[in-house]
Amino acid sequence: MLVDVDARVLANRHLSDTYNILELEAPTIAAKCRPGQFVMVKTALGQEPLLRRPFSVFERLRDRHGLLIGISLLSKRIGKVTQDLFAVEPDEYIRCLGPLGKHFTIVEPPMSAWMVAGGVGLAPFATLAEALSELHTNTTLFYGGRTSADLYHLSFFQKLGVRIILTTEDGSRGEPGRITEPLKRELQTTNGRSAMIYACGPTPMMQSVAELGANANRPTEVSLEPIMGCGLGGCYSCVVPVRNDDTKSQSHFVRSCLEGPVFSGTEIIWPNLI
Amino acid sequence: MAEPDLSVSIGPLTLKNPLIAASGCIGYGVEYADVVDLSTLGGIAVKGLFLEPREGHSPRRLVETPSGLLNAIGLQGIGVRQFIDEKLPVLHRHRAVVIVNICGSTIGEYAEIARILSDVEGIAALELNISCPNISEGGITFGCSLQGTHDVVEAVRQVTDLPVIPKLTPNVANISSFAKAAENAGADAVSLVNTFLAMAIDISTRRPLLSNVVGGLSGPAIRPIAVRMVYECHEAIDIPVIGMGGIATARDVVEFLVAGATAVQVGTANFEDPMIWPKLRDGLTAYLTEHRHSSVSDVIGSVQIAQNEPSQIGD
Repeated sequence: MLVDVDARVLANRHLSDTYNILELEAPTIAAKCRPGQFVMVKTALGQEPLLRRPFSVFERLRDRHGLLIGISLLSKRIGKVTQDLFAVEPDEYIRCLGPLGKHFTIVEPPMSAWMVAGGVGLAPFATLAEALSELHTNTTLFYGGRTSADLYHLSFFQKLGVRIILTTEDGSRGEPGRITEPLKRELQTTNGRSAMIYACGPTPMMQSVAELGANANRPTEVSLEPIMGCGLGGCYSCVVPVRNDDTKSQSHFVRSCLEGPVFSGTEIIWPNLI
Repeated sequence: MAEPDLSVSIGPLTLKNPLIAASGCIGYGVEYADVVDLSTLGGIAVKGLFLEPREGHSPRRLVETPSGLLNAIGLQGIGVRQFIDEKLPVLHRHRAVVIVNICGSTIGEYAEIARILSDVEGIAALELNISCPNISEGGITFGCSLQGTHDVVEAVRQVTDLPVIPKLTPNVANISSFAKAAENAGADAVSLVNTFLAMAIDISTRRPLLSNVVGGLSGPAIRPIAVRMVYECHEAIDIPVIGMGGIATARDVVEFLVAGATAVQVGTANFEDPMIWPKLRDGLTAYLTEHRHSSVSDVIGSVQIAQNEPSQIGD
């Protein structure tokens, strides 16, 4: 079941002058959401912006008794909405509709789980790591950013027993270069062992991960972030090209709010994805 | 005082209230069945249907503009038969009043779809999309020609007893002449306005933001123009006008009714707030109660214009 709530801001944690984690009081959404699902967020009461924006649910928040009280969003300041989310103060309210969309497949042992995150693409992996941990699935996080300042929240994953592999493009932390490089090596050294690869980040990164996974016969799931109008299947703005089940036509547009945002990496026709 | 009567008549059709979900803005309605009590709406105009399925345009399909929404979806959708088989039974289960929006590349296609839908139980009306700015063939080609408008309406009129509601484009010099052409061809009502042809450019790449280069503008940005066009059409014809264009609050609903709309459609605002329908209905009821109207009919076309004020362009 999905709800639309005026969620009270519990805290706004600034991680840097660009990234923040916004904690929202939304117990129903917290209770219902599965890893990979998203919410549609409205920051302003007026018409700037007019539409809501989609955000992955980052964490499910609990009080000190362990009861679910809300969710958090991981946001990177790039436009009007993310600027508003960066500036919002505790006890203000944010309109929040969700949970929406398809969730990740949660794999169990003996399969292991590899999560590949680029920058703010870390967002869906906190709840995923928790769900994998509950099933005692061996989990690795491949996490890449431009600089060390782009890498966050590592202790959360460490506490869950997640193995962490870091890269930065400027070499300021972890291995210098792109996150797909250690992934490639890992695929070679663990040849034959079964792992589900999850990816979220810039589209070229997700495409690389999908191709690496396909070549190594590993299943992949990617979390796409197209421009969305409504999040409910009403507007047909957020379509992505997928392979058709029948062979009559090669590509078919599907609504990522309903059929996604999580897709199998082999399902997406990457060259047609803009 | 009793609750005011919200029901309105569109030709032979009576709607329980004047609030209709606009075509292209609520999918096939079924997507919203868990969010909205579809039976409480006056009607649902489902996404435009051709005879066959269509893929639509490549993304990017949507750009937000100041108080507006620019789109070029390209009428992606299922064909009419799949709609009848898969979507209509769900809409009926939710007791929705179904207005089917139909599109065609040719006059023959409009008539064929109308004929197919006329053989199906439980369709309230046909809305003729002769105004989509986002497809190259058919559609707006008919809506931008008085003869084309007349011919499509007449062709559909000849094959169906369902109420026929052509949806007019604002991308013409004198919209009321198109409303008149539709009335003369046998339309039961007209709906207006569809979106305004518009464009947005990325100044860093100097490329259009939409893959289709141009698209249709909706949202509060267009509302005053839509109100003016509803007013002009109401003055020009005797059949009902269904008004739309940027309605986001109950105040806006009342404004369109006062301008001459018998019912209204809401689209873009439903994206921002899918729970908007009870708010609009309650707000309309409150307005009627406050102004001591027993029926919504009392306010339709009630705009007060003095004798010496201009009522036509150019007066």
